[in-house]
Amino acid sequence: MKKIFAVCGVFCFSLMFATVSFAAGTIKIGGLFSVTGPASFLGEPEKKTLEMLVKEVNSKGGINGMKVEAVIYDTTGDATKAVQLATKLIKDDKVSVIIGPSTTGESMAVIPVAEKEKIPLISCAAGIKITDPAKRWVFKTPANDHVAAEKILNYMAKQKQKSIALLTVTDGFGSSGREQIKTLAKQKGFAIVADEVYGPKDTDMTAQLTKIRGIKPDVIICWGTNPGPAVITKNVKQLGIKIPLYMSHGVASKKFIELAGSDAAEGVMLPAGKLAIYDVLPKNDLQYKLLKDYDQAYRKAHGVEASTFGGYAYDAWLLASSAIRKSGTTPEKIRNGIEQTKKLTSISGIFNMSSKDHNGLDLSAFEMVKVSKGDWSLIK
Amino acid sequence: MQFDQILQYVLSGLSTGAIYALIGIGFSIIYNATGIINFAQGEFVMLGGLLTLTCLDLLKLPIWAAIPCAVAVSTLAGLLFERLAIRPLRQPTPINLVIITIGGSILIRGLAMLIWGKDTHAIPSFSGDDPIAIGGATMLPQHLWIFAITVVIIVINKFYFYHTISGKAMRACAYNRRAAGLVGIDVRRMVLFSFMISSAMGAVAGIIVAPLTMTAYDVGVMLGLKGFCAAIIGGMSSGMATVVGGLLLGVLESLGAGLISSGYKDAIAFIILLLILFIRPQGLFGKADSERV
Repeated sequence: MKKIFAVCGVFCFSLMFATVSFAAGTIKIGGLFSVTGPASFLGEPEKKTLEMLVKEVNSKGGINGMKVEAVIYDTTGDATKAVQLATKLIKDDKVSVIIGPSTTGESMAVIPVAEKEKIPLISCAAGIKITDPAKRWVFKTPANDHVAAEKILNYMAKQKQKSIALLTVTDGFGSSGREQIKTLAKQKGFAIVADEVYGPKDTDMTAQLTKIRGIKPDVIICWGTNPGPAVITKNVKQLGIKIPLYMSHGVASKKFIELAGSDAAEGVMLPAGKLAIYDVLPKNDLQYKLLKDYDQAYRKAHGVEASTFGGYAYDAWLLASSAIRKSGTTPEKIRNGIEQTKKLTSISGIFNMSSKDHNGLDLSAFEMVKVSKGDWSLIK
Repeated sequence: MQFDQILQYVLSGLSTGAIYALIGIGFSIIYNATGIINFAQGEFVMLGGLLTLTCLDLLKLPIWAAIPCAVAVSTLAGLLFERLAIRPLRQPTPINLVIITIGGSILIRGLAMLIWGKDTHAIPSFSGDDPIAIGGATMLPQHLWIFAITVVIIVINKFYFYHTISGKAMRACAYNRRAAGLVGIDVRRMVLFSFMISSAMGAVAGIIVAPLTMTAYDVGVMLGLKGFCAAIIGGMSSGMATVVGGLLLGVLESLGAGLISSGYKDAIAFIILLLILFIRPQGLFGKADSERV
């Protein structure tokens, strides 16, 4: 019996030393993604992207010779769970920086934890309130919704389109977009003549569109993620509505054209992140090479095209890893490094952080595109 | 308010309502044979759509072969569900059974998510996408398919329940299970049949709507609930009352979204459900003690 204890003791000691010596040359990064649940379309590509990037950097010898270890948890889109897991990442796993969560609701819930424990948090959610006002330890990679909305309104101004019919989904993304467009429209002198909504699982929006058709606005702006906008695009075709239809950046993927059918989607316009449309970008675009490399690596590893959402995690990784490379490995140094990021070419755009702006993207993060013959084409 | 606008609301409502009706009848068939509400009904709607997709994309079947194939597999799934989840229960109290069907629906949805992924998928229309104008309103050829198939299924249903031995036996189970058992009807087999029929109907509903609404692993939840509403309005009858219930629900939803506010679209459906349950639990058309078949 004693022998067994002795063996166990030795084993435990060796294990302890093993971890200690291992830890000296590693840097731990936490990931909080909603891999399952309603927001899984965000969390899944984010997790896969982060894993892919960590694997890649380790195979190249790590960051400044240090191995990177990613601890990734699934929040299932639940804010309470996200808070628990964030605490776990900080207290038990002792990570130096956290990437995620995937949704705005979860991010808002986790922010107090990150602020209190002084661990940099790079959110992959788009909600404007995450970094407005800027919080010391919190950053985010997706461009704000209002940047996309502004892109549409600027384009409308050029076309001399004045009145807008809104059709937004009743989830966080839709209601945030609805608020942003309303505020911006007021500032820029557009009139909102219809303000309709639909549920994320609705299967027929002809009623809302019939109402809009009766009002005769200059444009329809629809704000949602698949499948709603695809249904709406089909419904617009069915009702024979000829009013220009704008979509949000939330459907900027080939999947949207595939779901709506290239026939119905013809002429739909939207602001797209550059990843979705990199093959129509000019070759001298700063982001072109990075976008292409990411898409091809992702296709190779997972067999599907890279999504904008995975790109958010890619950018969070870029921000974190270049901060670690330049500034150091403690949470404080990583935070400072991220805040000093200037002209960092990434998937979403070019990051220029400052102490006031913890998002760092501007209008150049999006391009206006139009569906023509089943593919995207840039609007000049 | 223009006439063509109203006409469009009604047409849109009728076409969604036909789907609710079809799903609602699935609910009431099982309810009548077993006395339970099968909350997994919506999942068979989902299975129908996704299996058709698999038949089309993976097996490269033409659409006319893919549909029966998908219906057959869904029916098999319904059969397995009854054999593995419902029948083994020793003391089948209604509450146990209802909880089992909810559990079953979560299981089926989870499996579907693993098999087909979380993406939404599109299925081509049966006969083109060119809108048909009726007055000032429009509808798609697919809507005609939905109406036609719903009518055919209701006719077959009627025939089965009133003119075949096994249909009559199932009605006998609905009146009185014990008495039906005493006269030699195999009640358990009838229960199994009811699950097979309703899963097949759910699958058909899922297939014919998929070209319009697209399909994904989680479409069954909301469609299932709306179908349940339709069945409640129709007083859980497996005949015309549920059909009218479904159509009524579809039209009210559509008119509500168009004339009042689209924000209240789902609220309208569930307020109707609550009102019916409070005021006329026997359904809109049922007499308090009417036969429920």
